[in-house]
Amino acid sequence: MGLKIINSGLLTTIQDIGRYGYQKEGIIVSGPMDAFALRVANLLVGNEESAAAIETTFLGPKILFEADHLIAITGGDLSPTINGEAVKMWRPIFVPQGSLLQFGAPGLGSRAYVAVSGSFSLPKVLGSYATYLRAEVGGFKGRALQAGDLLPCPGPTPAGEHLWRSLTKNKPLSGWAQASWTPIPQLFPNLEANPTLRVIKGPEYDLFTPASQQAFWEQEFIVTTDSDRMGYRLQGVPLLLSEPKEMISSAVTFGTLQVPPEGHPIALLADHQTTGGYPRIGQVITADFSNLAQVPLGKKIWFREVSLEDAQYLYIKQEQNIQQIKQAISYKIRL
Amino acid sequence: MGNSAEPGEMPGVNFYPLGDAAIVLEFGDHINRLTHGHIQAFTNYLDQHSFPGLVEYVPAFTTLTVYYDPWVVSRQGLLNPYTTVAALLEEMLLHVKTHPDKPTAKVIEIPVCYGGKYGPDLEYVASLHGLKPKEVIKLHTQTTYLVYMIGFAPGFPYLGGMVPEIATPRKEKPRARVPAGSVGIAGKQTGVYPIQSPGGWQLIGRTPLLLFNPHRERPSLLEAGDSIRFVSISEKQFEKKKEAAHGA
Repeated sequence: MGLKIINSGLLTTIQDIGRYGYQKEGIIVSGPMDAFALRVANLLVGNEESAAAIETTFLGPKILFEADHLIAITGGDLSPTINGEAVKMWRPIFVPQGSLLQFGAPGLGSRAYVAVSGSFSLPKVLGSYATYLRAEVGGFKGRALQAGDLLPCPGPTPAGEHLWRSLTKNKPLSGWAQASWTPIPQLFPNLEANPTLRVIKGPEYDLFTPASQQAFWEQEFIVTTDSDRMGYRLQGVPLLLSEPKEMISSAVTFGTLQVPPEGHPIALLADHQTTGGYPRIGQVITADFSNLAQVPLGKKIWFREVSLEDAQYLYIKQEQNIQQIKQAISYKIRL
Repeated sequence: MGNSAEPGEMPGVNFYPLGDAAIVLEFGDHINRLTHGHIQAFTNYLDQHSFPGLVEYVPAFTTLTVYYDPWVVSRQGLLNPYTTVAALLEEMLLHVKTHPDKPTAKVIEIPVCYGGKYGPDLEYVASLHGLKPKEVIKLHTQTTYLVYMIGFAPGFPYLGGMVPEIATPRKEKPRARVPAGSVGIAGKQTGVYPIQSPGGWQLIGRTPLLLFNPHRERPSLLEAGDSIRFVSISEKQFEKKKEAAHGA
């Protein structure tokens, strides 16, 4: 059983929920750029929501299924097709042996997730399957997937088998089949082409000039092409400190908006370093990470202030949403 | 701020959020051994007294950042998660002894082959200060260094204690590839590259030890609070030790 990579796409990696517990040793979390999408993709195939799945960026891969599999595709709309036919996202899909999954022109969003029931038979490194590209650790041989790679799969989970049977019982066995349902789509993040991201003021916000503070909330920032899984380099009105400040390195996290001396902020993402020494003007809230991670290069973003209380309320709300989605899927599994 | 604390008592600690899932405890505003000791004492306490929702923590020069899951924390109290965690950590601070009985005697030795192909910038560093390469090695190996924090790269130690006589600015043109184990000087800092990466440090030697090994139980050789010494070894010893370290 397994998946064969025919064409790697732009950047395709194995990611699970992330490698936690080692940041004090300088080891980054890695994991998905869009954790919501990864978690739901796994739930849709009967996996643990934290399991390893494929993350692909903008131009997706070409994948050959070497056996029958149950999969789900979530995240940004990268126009997936199976054997040349458009396939719907955010639902279980039965894919027979010999099928070809491909991606086309990117629509809304820039990263898609492909989960396979039973996940992959890969070695766990430091408690995680996430690919840590810079240290060449985890995932598939510590690197991005390449043409010719064979991803071994152990086969479906018991919950996945239920979904599998419900998809195949009335279908001709020759073709692929997708579920007619998707669990509570109104709870999915509402992706926007040029989103306004909600932000809590950062620890060094007050050190910026009043004009820079105003520009931060009012002006647009472009996600430049000099961006990757470590962070987005943003281009806009330069954000400047009232006076130079000698910063002492301290922890940074996903969503931290740090500003190097030239004034162009960097939005830190899944592969961010554990510590940094630039002033932190703001922090994108967790509930908006999907929208942050899905902004394609060259697009504009805006920032809007929310309180810490609101951010934590929205964090909890999102977790409750995932619980609801999980329940909706387990109801389908029990049917 | 915490710098007025007498040795033996915990300083006043500032709390502030880092996003919606982390809290920063600021123990001081200067890099020094006292503040470092307070952070060490607190992390030792935290190791023994985890709480539901604690994800992990990252000590730095003057701060400790504690990551938590607001969803898990919210299910235990009526207050919002930040307030709950802040109150919990504040309570813990009252129980922490600033002088844990951690023996400070243990010094980790880092063998280094100085100069030659492993330390291509040793001659430059020496000539800049009007020293012989031997004298640079002597100055670099005579100090006991303190690991203030790990960051920047997996297992990369921020070290305190280098003598100012060998402080050297970074290279104007960074190298595209600095091999793992390279020992360098950048300004007033010295450090070791745990993995191959680009870098502008002046390279004076290389250690055969693996500062980062994902297949060890503790992947980073060093952790905040460790003391280290560099020990000069020959090229022959380097090859032998390298074989031992990498073959293990």
